[in-house]
Amino acid sequence: MKWNWETFFDALPFILPGLGVTVGLTFACYLFALVFGFFWTFLRRIPIRTINWTVTWVMEFIRSTPPLVQLFFIYYAWPMIPGIGVALSPFTSAILGLGIHFSTYIGEIYRSGIESVEKGQWEAAKALNFSTVDKWRKIILPQAIPPTIPMLGNYLIIMFKEVPLASTIGVAGILLMANTYGARNWAYLEPLTIVGIIFLLLSYPSAILINKLEKRMNRRFDKEMAFVKEEVKNA
Amino acid sequence: MEEVAVKKTSEIEEKEDPIVVYKDVHKSFGDIEVLKGINLEIKPAEKLALIGPSGSGKTTIIRLLMTLEEPTSGDIIVNGKNLWKMEKNGKLVRANEHHLRNVRGEIGMVFQHFNLFPHMTILENCTVAPIHVKKESKEKARERAIEMLERVGLKDKLHNYPSQLSGGQKQRVAMARALVMQPKIMLFDEVTSALDPELVGEVLEVIRDIANTGKTAMVLVTHEMDFAKDVADRVLFLDKGVIAEEGTPEEVLQNSKNERLQSFLRRFRG
Amino acid sequence: MRGFNITITVLIASAIFSYLFAFIAGLCRISENPIIRHVTAVYVEVFRGTSLIVQLFWLYYAIPMLFGIQLGSNWWTGVIAIALNYGAYMSEVVRGSILAISKGQTEAAIALNMSKFQRMRLIILPQAVRMMLPEFGNYTIQMLKATSLVSLIGMTDILYYGDIIRSSNLSQAPIVYFLVLIFYFLLALPLIWLTRKAESISKKGVASG
Repeated sequence: MKWNWETFFDALPFILPGLGVTVGLTFACYLFALVFGFFWTFLRRIPIRTINWTVTWVMEFIRSTPPLVQLFFIYYAWPMIPGIGVALSPFTSAILGLGIHFSTYIGEIYRSGIESVEKGQWEAAKALNFSTVDKWRKIILPQAIPPTIPMLGNYLIIMFKEVPLASTIGVAGILLMANTYGARNWAYLEPLTIVGIIFLLLSYPSAILINKLEKRMNRRFDKEMAFVKEEVKNA
Repeated sequence: MEEVAVKKTSEIEEKEDPIVVYKDVHKSFGDIEVLKGINLEIKPAEKLALIGPSGSGKTTIIRLLMTLEEPTSGDIIVNGKNLWKMEKNGKLVRANEHHLRNVRGEIGMVFQHFNLFPHMTILENCTVAPIHVKKESKEKARERAIEMLERVGLKDKLHNYPSQLSGGQKQRVAMARALVMQPKIMLFDEVTSALDPELVGEVLEVIRDIANTGKTAMVLVTHEMDFAKDVADRVLFLDKGVIAEEGTPEEVLQNSKNERLQSFLRRFRG
Repeated sequence: MRGFNITITVLIASAIFSYLFAFIAGLCRISENPIIRHVTAVYVEVFRGTSLIVQLFWLYYAIPMLFGIQLGSNWWTGVIAIALNYGAYMSEVVRGSILAISKGQTEAAIALNMSKFQRMRLIILPQAVRMMLPEFGNYTIQMLKATSLVSLIGMTDILYYGDIIRSSNLSQAPIVYFLVLIFYFLLALPLIWLTRKAESISKKGVASG
């Protein structure tokens, strides 16, 4: 059996409607991970050793076990747990499963951003007698967030490529549509190639875009840093 | 006595063919022409000092000879062989890696920033090239490396890593590393510029030692005027990509009428 | 628990092949030959630009259809998909590390009259490999997670057996999947430890002693 353009154009309209689900799920997971990431960063800043240790290892556990198994756990196992178990739709399960998995990475990015703020800046905020809220709002976060933006952008692309895992629990994205088409017509080559092309078309330009953004951010950030430091000095 | 000895060497030098010849060598980086026609002969065992303001092209001259940069035009002849061009089917074409390796084997170089190999011990730094390039036996390479490291006063550091040494010690290792290859020409690229002032002396001592005992020709790009006067047979003043003044240390460093040279020297005496 | 050996062998084989691909592709991308450079760039961007799960299915269904050849077995399909995917990612690490070695090292090696090959083998690679170690460790943990995908092409790995038990007795699902997760975590622990060790080695730059 060889490549067949007829199958290709037959499969295309069948698969494309799944793109909305795939992209929608990507953004939903991403938003969830962005918010949940804060939760990890916050927990790790609690200065109690047992809590810090536990959080570190829980994050390590989530990070080093397969998201596919985590997905199965939430979809199949969670409803079976007596007392707290609730049956979730495939889409919701996917948001939770992939969202939590990647929130541990996002949390690390936040942390690296905060740690990248120089010690002198913390001391200056203290010396100027800022309130805790003002310290974070005016000094730390404006310096901690910009360098993390390209990394966060990269994770949007990474998650986009992980979202097809959700097809295994029945989320009707492009991969499930392609597999369905393949099973019905016993022609997998063309539909799967379509899926590959769609991913490439969306992720490659995005990667280039983020790369450019990173370079521009670095330039702008250098200028801003100089400005912020000047401000602190003058204050 | 001394007079006679000096005369003797110069007589020999005049009879001997130059070991390096630059013929109208130009070098541009993009739109900027750094060397604008260099003509230069270096005799065997001659000690040559290159001085001049930064950007005058003095470092580029020796980098061309070490094949770290390719000249834009002109020829460099080493031991009678054209360094950057080779014959192929009766025509002169751009040299390939094989040709470059054949010709540059006579040349060694010491860098401003040492460039020691951080993943090797001091001894390994000095044996890697004899073993792999010259195909010497491990024992022989080791023996000569230890001898050379003793000469630069670092015999007790054989199994240390470069990161454990001071700048002056690193530079002495770099010289031992170059010397074990027994080059006929040694190039020194501002070898004391990256050192703390108190470490300069120990490095200059080693260069002086090489100059006094070796039959090696030496080209020193340097800002140490007193040292140049001491060691060099000939001093070249480079300015804006040309050799602006040339002669014995006395002629160039003391009696020159060249105004730009004088203002350059004044900055060092200042 | 059964399926253990499939997960382990797939991991080891894909790790070895991916390191191999990473070095070949990483070196090709800094080659002086523009054709080699561009062809490798296409490989790297295609595999980094699409999902592993899509690549896995594609190799599983499409290769036999397109070329009429079998990759031998599902085991090989899984190994090759994972190795090609992570090889592409890690080739960027290889390339980046080699380019990160200071120019002075190459110049010093030229001054000692080393050939291009000697420069790479004796001077550049030993230093670059030290820099790569932590990233290679991280990617190996990613690969361990990726091995779970082979259950989707019918490989009887640990997750496959977990699914079998779950489908026969749904109420056991929580304990089954929890055990599977624990199993992966236990496999990951030595990798995590090695990665941390690699980080400290590469920070020192030189492994002294």
